[in-house]
Amino acid sequence: MNRKHTIAILVNDQPGVLQRVSGLFGRRGFNIESITVGASEEPGLSRMVIVTTGSDRTLEQVQKQLYKLIDVIKVVDVSGNPMVARELGLIKVNAEPSVRPEILGIVETFRAAVVDIGPSTLIVQVVGDPDKIDAMIELLKPYGIRELSRTGVTAMNRGSK
Amino acid sequence: MSAQSATLKSKDELIAKWSKPEVVTGSEMLLRSLLLEGVDCVFGYPGGAVLYIYDAMYGFDDFKHLLTRHEQGAIHAADGYARSTGKVGVCIATSGPGATNLVTGIATAYMDSVPLVVITGNVATAAMGTDAFQEADIVGITLPITKHSYLVRNAEDIPRIVHEAFHIANTGRKGPVLIDIPKDVSANKGLFQPVKEVSLRGYNPTVQPNRGQLDKLLKAIEEAERPIVLAGGGVIYSGAHQELYEFIAKTEIPITTTLLGLGGFPSGHELHMGLPGMHGTYTANKAIQAADLLINIGARFDDRVTMKVQGFAPHAKIVHIDIDPAEIGKNVATDIPIVGDIRAVLQALNPSAKRANRADAWRAQIRAWKAEKPLKYRDSETELKPQWVISMIHETTGGDAIVTTDVGQHQMWVAQFYPFNKPRSFITSGGLGTMGFGFPSAIGAQIANPDRTVVSINGDGGMQMCAQELAVCAINNIPVKVAIINNQVLGMVRQWQEIIYDNRFSHINLEGSPDFVKLAEAYGVRGFRARNKEEARRAWTEALAHPGPAVVEFVVPRGENVYPMVTQGSTLDEMILGDDE
Repeated sequence: MNRKHTIAILVNDQPGVLQRVSGLFGRRGFNIESITVGASEEPGLSRMVIVTTGSDRTLEQVQKQLYKLIDVIKVVDVSGNPMVARELGLIKVNAEPSVRPEILGIVETFRAAVVDIGPSTLIVQVVGDPDKIDAMIELLKPYGIRELSRTGVTAMNRGSK
Repeated sequence: MSAQSATLKSKDELIAKWSKPEVVTGSEMLLRSLLLEGVDCVFGYPGGAVLYIYDAMYGFDDFKHLLTRHEQGAIHAADGYARSTGKVGVCIATSGPGATNLVTGIATAYMDSVPLVVITGNVATAAMGTDAFQEADIVGITLPITKHSYLVRNAEDIPRIVHEAFHIANTGRKGPVLIDIPKDVSANKGLFQPVKEVSLRGYNPTVQPNRGQLDKLLKAIEEAERPIVLAGGGVIYSGAHQELYEFIAKTEIPITTTLLGLGGFPSGHELHMGLPGMHGTYTANKAIQAADLLINIGARFDDRVTMKVQGFAPHAKIVHIDIDPAEIGKNVATDIPIVGDIRAVLQALNPSAKRANRADAWRAQIRAWKAEKPLKYRDSETELKPQWVISMIHETTGGDAIVTTDVGQHQMWVAQFYPFNKPRSFITSGGLGTMGFGFPSAIGAQIANPDRTVVSINGDGGMQMCAQELAVCAINNIPVKVAIINNQVLGMVRQWQEIIYDNRFSHINLEGSPDFVKLAEAYGVRGFRARNKEEARRAWTEALAHPGPAVVEFVVPRGENVYPMVTQGSTLDEMILGDDE
């Protein structure tokens, strides 16, 4: 059965590591829904968070193949345990002065923020799990979305796990 | 044999000489580092981006350098060197086209888990990314076909990188490691300090198996009525042939060895069933399909072995022993996975291994299959049959030669009709199926084994893919004996076109190829031609007796097919047995 998996990969912060990891997904036929990379708690190591869809067998292969990369230190299936998954979205939406109060109402309800106001647009910043960002996008669609940019999910397990 | 070399000094002398910390160029660091890894020969081809490295090699005779005629020849030679010894093979090429000419050889080694350290030059760091002359992103190009790769940015990193590269290449599941050195890095000076330790957090191959899993296997053997062992290249790569022999001697389980596993177990042994898979023996394939326990020891369930994977070993409990955890469950669902070095696993297993006591009827069945349908071919007194030629080569070399092959029909015939008894005697491109591999790999094997007979068996197609290396044999007097099984056609393609594509023979005609005897002679190599058994025996005997390299062309009929054959999409018991008289 195909499921969505969120995998955290601790890697050496070396040139080309992103290419090694993403290339492996590509050539082995594993899809990447989103990928984020940034510093980790340890100097010299980065953490990548990849969201992928596949069966449990695919996930097992993904993990084993990742471990074969010398620059990969640790692979964790974050979605295998309770986790916090967050994404940030920036949405530039058409906003003539007449509709702004409506939009601001939506933004407030979602605990999102307006981070830029232009003559006829607003940039809305929304942080949350991917469903929340999807919902925000749906609600803003009727006003006309001019530009949309999402960071992809970063995640970690809850508690001391 | 004198491959551009002076007498080598003793290893200890050299290590003492080159271990001293000193300020030298990146190129000199490279040579010293290679030497400290025990390298005695590198195969290579110079060019612009490696000029500093070659300049450092000028007058450096503490290891040999063999100048091939094509970078592909260099890497296949390094591969043959590695497969015949278990040591890391080393080759060097320049940037751009030099590096890309190595790609096929890197992929060949990667697919067959062969330890290579591949050194390429690159344009100077400042020019990288500008599409400079002879620039190619060889690290990027080879990412999918290397175990690991390095782009060297500082000369002082070279000793550490070389040491890591050798460690990575020849431990765990072995494979090729690329070191790409920009020209300025090979020119820059720095303090050379030998590196003896490796610290790689992300690389810890599991060597020792889990005891609980071994106990499950022992229990499965005790319960099995129809057990078999499928042994692969892992047996040879981990040096486990004696342990495997002991395991089989104790358990008396019938064994089949894959193409890369040939030589890992004596072919003449009564429990040996020969090759499995597409051109496997009747007995091996029938046994796999009927088995209730299949113990895979260091093979990777390649599609040429399993054929239609859904119908593979349908009744068997599957045990898979492999150094690479990613192989387990990749192609075939596994009941008892055992991760570890094959030798370590068998050493742990053997003291408790017992005879599979419920399998007597099964052993009788195997004997009956072997007697009923042995490998055979229709011999001829008027034509020279390729299978006969292989048997004759076996007979005249006492089965003791190192044999390399190219890819195609002749490769399968060697696997079928040259019974190998010792590990590292059979060198062939199994996974990638690289034509042009057979002949240059023999050069590397001969360099590494100057006292052994090295025979390279090729088709007329593959021979023409790296024939230029005849020059290397002639000039350096490397006494490889080259057999060309000439059927004037791309035989394996012809066979598929006959059987699967309804006799539509599309673009397979190799008539008009050069006269191989004259070709050999043009390079200064002895050439012979044989059209019948008598000529074949005489020519081959003379070639073997000749102290230098020799080429013998065996003219064989074009219509001969390799049988048994299982076509793609069929299961192993759906064998085409051929014209069975």
